[in-house]
Amino acid sequence: MFSGFMLNSWAAATMLAIVAGMVGFFVVIRGASFAAHALPLGTFPGAAAAGLAGVNPFWGLVGFALLGVAGISRLGRRQRADVATALTLITLLGVGTLCLSLSGQYAASAYALLFGQLLGVSRAALLPVGGICAGICALVLIFFRPLLLSAISPELAVARGVHAGRVELLFLALLGLATAMALPVVGALLVFSLLVGPPACARALTTRPGVAMALSVVIALVVIWAAIALSYESDWPIGFFVGALAAGAYGLGRAAAMMR
Amino acid sequence: MMHEARALLSVEDVSLAYDGREVLRNVSFSLGQGAFCGLIGSNGSGKTSLMRSILGLETSQTGIVLVAGERGLHGDVGYVPQKLQLDVDLPLRARDMVALGLDGHKFGLSWPRAKRRRLVDEMLAAVNALDFADQRVGALSGGQQQRVLIAHALIRRPKLLLLDEPLANLDLRAVAEIVTLLRGLSHEHGVTVLVSAHDMNPLLGSMDRIVYLAHGKAVSGTPSEVVRTEVLSALYGYHIDVIRVHGRVLVVAAGAADELPLVRGPHPDNSVDEHPEHVAAIP
Repeated sequence: MFSGFMLNSWAAATMLAIVAGMVGFFVVIRGASFAAHALPLGTFPGAAAAGLAGVNPFWGLVGFALLGVAGISRLGRRQRADVATALTLITLLGVGTLCLSLSGQYAASAYALLFGQLLGVSRAALLPVGGICAGICALVLIFFRPLLLSAISPELAVARGVHAGRVELLFLALLGLATAMALPVVGALLVFSLLVGPPACARALTTRPGVAMALSVVIALVVIWAAIALSYESDWPIGFFVGALAAGAYGLGRAAAMMR
Repeated sequence: MMHEARALLSVEDVSLAYDGREVLRNVSFSLGQGAFCGLIGSNGSGKTSLMRSILGLETSQTGIVLVAGERGLHGDVGYVPQKLQLDVDLPLRARDMVALGLDGHKFGLSWPRAKRRRLVDEMLAAVNALDFADQRVGALSGGQQQRVLIAHALIRRPKLLLLDEPLANLDLRAVAEIVTLLRGLSHEHGVTVLVSAHDMNPLLGSMDRIVYLAHGKAVSGTPSEVVRTEVLSALYGYHIDVIRVHGRVLVVAAGAADELPLVRGPHPDNSVDEHPEHVAAIP
């Protein structure tokens, strides 16, 4: 389980859990779960586009994630947020369908990106993943208070001198980058569960925002480490364990909230 | 104590339109320091747009807004938006909400500091919210949330406090408590308070100025100057009846009062005695 090739997965998953716990905290309090669901789905065809263009699939994921962010942000100025998110998602999926059809030998990789695979991270990908992880963590910590205030009320944030539009764009960019990081490991269909389950549990356990974000990271770490171990032992898809454990964590959080 | 020496808020000839639809037309009024003013109008009359123009969230086509003689807010304005829809599980205590009014724009995490905590406690005490300071803000009642939001807006000691429909959806007791709190801020601490409401009655005994909005136009003055049949008829562009029932003011379109089954007129003070619920306020 801790042999050479597995160490890449442990390292990437640990970074992913930290980022998902931090960004997911804002996903939950902003009520942006649909965007957290749509961005991974719209991002995964980026790997196929990268294959056609002859570049590293990871950068294809990053590129499509940022395209998704730009689309949601731009369309969101004139449309309701859910409509803007849906329009962006179907556009990216349409482009992805074309890329997948043009790339004849992509079926296996597409399956891995949809459902995740334990060995999805190469040693070469660890460095950019680590860099993005460090960047996301730094930005979340630096902008913690403006992100929190604009999540509660964009109007209050503006009245307090926060540029709510820029903070919204920052949040979407953080979400897009976190998505690109997470896709190779847990898959497009289940990134969402890691972004929502742990923070939804954490918010029920504490009344303090900083503590809730830290708890969200801890729970995400427990979920992803347990999922890797169980997937390794059972040879079942890691995405299944991530989804089940994240939902279980949320259930425990609700139970704790009902008892308080 | 009143401090009306000079205009703290001047709204001069402000016009605003969205996609060609006129929302505010040449709105002008001014408020002195310590004034308690009601911004009254029905839903869609332009109250929120006017508030947003004062805050600089909307760019008006004409006119200017001056706060303490200057354009721009410079931290002099506190704002309480319409009731927030806060998740009951939101991990945020009432005291955290107030603290965000102090430093929610700053970078980095906030660390516990004695001075910060003292400021927050002082503000919570000023709005009588210390009892629920450590509760989740999303789990508080509507009146309690309004107190917390007012403390959030006041913690930087603004000269002007704008409140957008703070009395909506509150029970009668909470309405009375919030009005008393705002009157104290205005008359005892010299904060200029502008409160928007679609029903002027809860504010009648407290406000010393009123800005009445209808169809994007405004009239302003003292309540006795503005809430008159001839003034509001001129504002609306058709005949309006101002009726007083048990100390409450009802503004009704011409004809509506005649159709009331229990209205008997003419009456010396233009009032009726029973069943005010039968009077339909104009839209």
